[in-house]
Amino acid sequence: MKPVKKRIGLIVNPIAGIGGRVGLKGSDGREALRKARELGGKPESPKRAKEALLRMASIKHELDILTYPHEMGEDEARECGFEPIVIGSIKKGETTSEDTKSAARDMAEARVDALLFAGGDGTARDIYDAIGGRLPVIGIPAGVKIHSAVFAINAQSAGDLVMMFLREPAELWEAEVMDVDEEAFRRGLLSTKLYGYLKIPYQDRLFQGPKRGSIAGERSSMNGIAEYFAEEIEDDYLYIVGPGTTTRAIHERLGLPKTLLGVDVIRDRQIVASDVNENQILRLVCDKKAKILVTPIGGQGFIFGRGNQQISPDVIKKVGKEHVIVVATGHKMASLGGRPLLVDTGDDETDDMLSGYIRVITGYRQELVYRVGLGKCF
Amino acid sequence: MRNERSLLKQNYHAAAWNEPIIMQMGRKGERGILVPEAEEEIKEVVGDVLSRIPTDLRRTEPPKLPEISQPQVVRHFLRLSQMCLGTDLNIDIGQGTCTMKYSPKVNEYLARLPDISELHPLQDEETVQGILEIIYKFAGFLSEISGMDKFTFQPGGGAQAIYTNACIIRAYHAARGESQRDEIITTLFSHPADAATPATAGFKVITLMPDENGYPDLEALKAAVSKRTAGMMITNPEDTGIYNPRVREYVDIVHEAGGLCSYDQANANGILGICRAKEAGFDMCHFNLHKTFSSPHGCSGPGCGAVGVRDYLEKFLPVPVVEFDGEKYHIVYERPFSIGKVRSFLGNIPVVLRAYAWVMSLGPDGIRDVAEVSVINNNYLAKKLSQVSGIGMSYPKAKCRLDQIRYSWEQLRRETGVGTEDVRRRVVDFGVQSYFESHHPWVVPEPFTPEPTETYSKDDIDEYAEILRYISQEAYVSPDTVKNAPHKSTITRIDERILNDPKKWAMTWRAYLNKRHSWDSQGQ
Amino acid sequence: MARTRRQVAHPYIPNSVAKTKEEMLDEIGVSDVSELFSGIPNELRFKGVLNLPKPLLSEYILRRHVEGLLSKNKSCKEYLNFLGAGCWQHYVPAVCDEISSRAEFLTAYVGDTYSDLGKYQALFEFQSMMGELVGMDVVSAPTYDWASACSSSLLMAARITGRSQVLIPRVVNPEKLWHMRNFFRSTVDIEVVEYDHETGQLDLEDLEKKISSKTAAVYFENPSYLGFIETHAAEISRIAHAHGALSVVGVDPTSLGILAPPSEYGADIVCGEAQPLGVHMNYGGGLCGFIASRDEEQYVAEYPTFLISIAPTRRAGEFGFGWCTHERTSFYKRERATDFTGTTQCLWGISAAVYLALLGPQGLRDLGESIMERSHYAMKVISEIDGVKAPMFSSVVFKEFVVNFDAAGKSVRDINKGLLRHKIHGGKDITREFPELGNSALYCVTEIHTKEDIDRLASALKEVLK
Repeated sequence: MKPVKKRIGLIVNPIAGIGGRVGLKGSDGREALRKARELGGKPESPKRAKEALLRMASIKHELDILTYPHEMGEDEARECGFEPIVIGSIKKGETTSEDTKSAARDMAEARVDALLFAGGDGTARDIYDAIGGRLPVIGIPAGVKIHSAVFAINAQSAGDLVMMFLREPAELWEAEVMDVDEEAFRRGLLSTKLYGYLKIPYQDRLFQGPKRGSIAGERSSMNGIAEYFAEEIEDDYLYIVGPGTTTRAIHERLGLPKTLLGVDVIRDRQIVASDVNENQILRLVCDKKAKILVTPIGGQGFIFGRGNQQISPDVIKKVGKEHVIVVATGHKMASLGGRPLLVDTGDDETDDMLSGYIRVITGYRQELVYRVGLGKCF
Repeated sequence: MRNERSLLKQNYHAAAWNEPIIMQMGRKGERGILVPEAEEEIKEVVGDVLSRIPTDLRRTEPPKLPEISQPQVVRHFLRLSQMCLGTDLNIDIGQGTCTMKYSPKVNEYLARLPDISELHPLQDEETVQGILEIIYKFAGFLSEISGMDKFTFQPGGGAQAIYTNACIIRAYHAARGESQRDEIITTLFSHPADAATPATAGFKVITLMPDENGYPDLEALKAAVSKRTAGMMITNPEDTGIYNPRVREYVDIVHEAGGLCSYDQANANGILGICRAKEAGFDMCHFNLHKTFSSPHGCSGPGCGAVGVRDYLEKFLPVPVVEFDGEKYHIVYERPFSIGKVRSFLGNIPVVLRAYAWVMSLGPDGIRDVAEVSVINNNYLAKKLSQVSGIGMSYPKAKCRLDQIRYSWEQLRRETGVGTEDVRRRVVDFGVQSYFESHHPWVVPEPFTPEPTETYSKDDIDEYAEILRYISQEAYVSPDTVKNAPHKSTITRIDERILNDPKKWAMTWRAYLNKRHSWDSQGQ
Repeated sequence: MARTRRQVAHPYIPNSVAKTKEEMLDEIGVSDVSELFSGIPNELRFKGVLNLPKPLLSEYILRRHVEGLLSKNKSCKEYLNFLGAGCWQHYVPAVCDEISSRAEFLTAYVGDTYSDLGKYQALFEFQSMMGELVGMDVVSAPTYDWASACSSSLLMAARITGRSQVLIPRVVNPEKLWHMRNFFRSTVDIEVVEYDHETGQLDLEDLEKKISSKTAAVYFENPSYLGFIETHAAEISRIAHAHGALSVVGVDPTSLGILAPPSEYGADIVCGEAQPLGVHMNYGGGLCGFIASRDEEQYVAEYPTFLISIAPTRRAGEFGFGWCTHERTSFYKRERATDFTGTTQCLWGISAAVYLALLGPQGLRDLGESIMERSHYAMKVISEIDGVKAPMFSSVVFKEFVVNFDAAGKSVRDINKGLLRHKIHGGKDITREFPELGNSALYCVTEIHTKEDIDRLASALKEVLK
């Protein structure tokens, strides 16, 4: 019996990465784009998309590529020798984020096996807005801003990942979608928000083939962390719990609900308040004993200042560094490749206080002592 | 003519007997060996003994063992042995951290003499004076080599030895009323057993990450120590082959905090006679006699993790210990502070015997030669590999590489899509053992870790380097050849997914018979 | 350097030839080997020459030297041996020695299936045949010894049940108990169950009293440490299961040709010692533990040891093997009772596989029968000696039995010293292990003991007790 061909959706955000070389922070918004073009910016995404596609050349005949016209994938696919099935329509040379969204929706509708996209945080967010976690996605990093954890290490790896995904069914894993908080941005603050989670095929290049970690292993280390935390939790302390799947596992262990994208406060193993903002936290802490529980958010290893800004410099200062608890699976820590954890709270004094070394709980009675660096430049 | 000899064994092919599983062999009624039947007189006296077993405890169905004649059993296992690439058969440079060196045949001969193989571990000490003398004297050798004061050979392998050291640390603090010390510090590039076994011994484990040059982060250590520090358990040189020259500072920091320091010297090949645990300030250490001291690895044991401690920790050693009163050797059990037992009896003593004979054959100069030559071999291989495309050395700035080096195929993978697991399968096609990549996690991407011990000649190393050079070239020209390897092995690629699938895995033939229908979709 | 170094090329070290060294150093780009060690600070260097004996450079002299030392031993080949208690003297077929001496197996280590297929297959066959003996679908690759297999099995039970107490019979090798105490520390509590002093059997009333919803496992052995068959095996398992605990059974595999497999009387996990299967005692170095269980995901996930699974390959009809590396899943609180593995005793697993293949089902039955006939004969002739009682318990004995010398007027220690003069290693002195059994020793008789040997023991005992 001839196996059914797998279908991969391909979306290239044709302008992603255009601002990078010319010193702009992203290409979202018409004005920025115009400026980038004026300054002679060239998009990164076509090149990166092709790098990924070339990697898949050897299985050309084993899959169908479903894509949008022209620069949104068709051109790249053809240049790499694929014969894509082209759907949808665009205004050539004038695509917007709406096109990315409709492409994603069409591909979900067409039930492709996975969606390969080239772009940056904005692109990831568009896809998330359009289809949520309906499809497994693989991100080709091509944008200026890459805070989201949905991207492969580089374009080639994204291609390899598609190959792997086609050969054997992969388990799916939630990865953070992060982007600049536009509201905050308009107020003159550069702040990155956690928007949600996309599903990516779980890949583990840190372990040898058959010993490769699986999601069960990842869950198991999360459970270990949760178990350890549940043993060590102290009464009378307020715990300010940041967003993330690892902190969610701790809440699950305690039998409490967790706001996945927001900050919750617990005390004596009970929820005190859910999805709180900075002011609410400050009011709750007041003069009480408190601890902060966070996990690195996104692909860069930020523990403060990306996706959990509710835990503000004032909150951190009030609680104190010695009461900051960082949790992360060993796999997540290893995937930082030796780079430090980062803080960028927007307040230099707080950042300096947090930098240095911090203990990270990675499993049941397992900890790392890990470097914390300043994340401003990221 | 040697220069014209091709370095590559291009025409090699592994034995591929396609042997059946033994459970499929033989015919009903065949016998491989007959058991000595009890004499008639005995039978007459005791009668039908089996009828005395309570009915519900009698075996009704004979075990479904195969029924095979002796020649077929011999042939089967000889064929299996031919499909196993022992160190004696190949240039076993690839299995770094394992110290695959030559195990002298004369030592094997000695270890199989009835004067050791037919000793019962509970024999009266009067009747084992010879072996006790060897144990005692060899402990003395290790004391000299390490600077530690007392050794035990009870642990059956490296992991069990590290566990023993963790137990000693626990007992030490308990004896001082400091049981709150419940944290062991280790480093990411120490052997994983330095983290796993203290956990079994009840400790919290704190791991230090490497700094940008591959050394354990000294500042992190300073941040890690506290009143809860029980000890530090590390290797040096680490897994990466990097020797940490500031090790004494690390030890001092832990000592100042009140902890003990345990030196994992499973593999000490590069520093024998060069530097010792004592001068670096360690309180305890262990050597793997099946690595550095040449006892064969036996498909993973029997081995021996010899544990050595300073005099102030002697009383905690597992029981029994061997003592000498000037005339006779004694097996001493009365030791109130002992951690008890980690393994039955005295451990794998034939391993100690082989190691004893090995040291006796080398003497002080020979031991130093072992270190020097293995370090020369390693640096020579490094030189050769630096000329191979696609290979990078981890942490190239770290200066002192002793007996092994962790390399990376990351560049090769980026440029060709061929990664370390592919190369690992491909080397087998040239008649060498699949290499060791790295312990987990793979902080060095696409890793491999060769360790050319003193066993390998210059020609051997040249051949090994040539194999890697050839495969690298192949990866650039026809990557699929490497990706689909092996081509000349005993078998073709295994479907590894089954190994993690509860519906399909089978650890016994009987389980396979139950599950084989679920394999159908998988090409069987 | 002050001292002059020997210039002999050592046979084990090809590149100890001075000229080769020079060539290689040249290529590396250093002029002296000391430069390669320059990263080791001076204060850490060992100064001077190691105080080790001068080398015995010729193989002949080395061999003479070691043989000389070993000849001071009085092995069980030279003396008659009746010691067992955790390490047993059985006949080791020549084929077992042949295979375990093969350099291919002897010098292999942790290579992949593609280079070491034979090792994987031999160990898979070990697992498979052990599975038939104990009636279980999952068997581990060899672990260190029975003591560690037992401790690990009980920790598995603790993780599987999420409970933290195990019940251990009083009649168990104290060394094993010692091992457990060290291994479990505070994570698992050990409660000891008493035995019936008449029969030796586990005291079921005491078991019922001590078992509770905290109990993770009830452990017992068949045959027991003191040699008798535990007749209430099914009942013990039933009681364990009734309280939600697992039944963990330790076995001597030489008994399994005639005794029911533990799976038939309710065992959930089986552990034991494979040394009697074709491995020399090796002064205790022949031990080789194993663990077995049902083929359920939650059991497999908790094995601390290696497990080899058979697997298909790309070629139809071809078998491959690999480590079953199932990630430990989220079963309750496994974190608390952690375990580890490493280099164990795998070579002996291969010997055991050869042994079982040679014996086959009939051989294993013959073995059990022969052992039992001889041990029963030995008990009979020994008990005919004045002041000697054998066996001490009324239960049926397999290959070991307690001999009581209370009425003989001499301590076991003195008796054993006396036997040594007759070139006999008497049974293990258990007077301190089990003071309630008085002046007693644990004797072991196997298929290697001829009638003549046993009669010789009896007459020597008579002599000694005179």
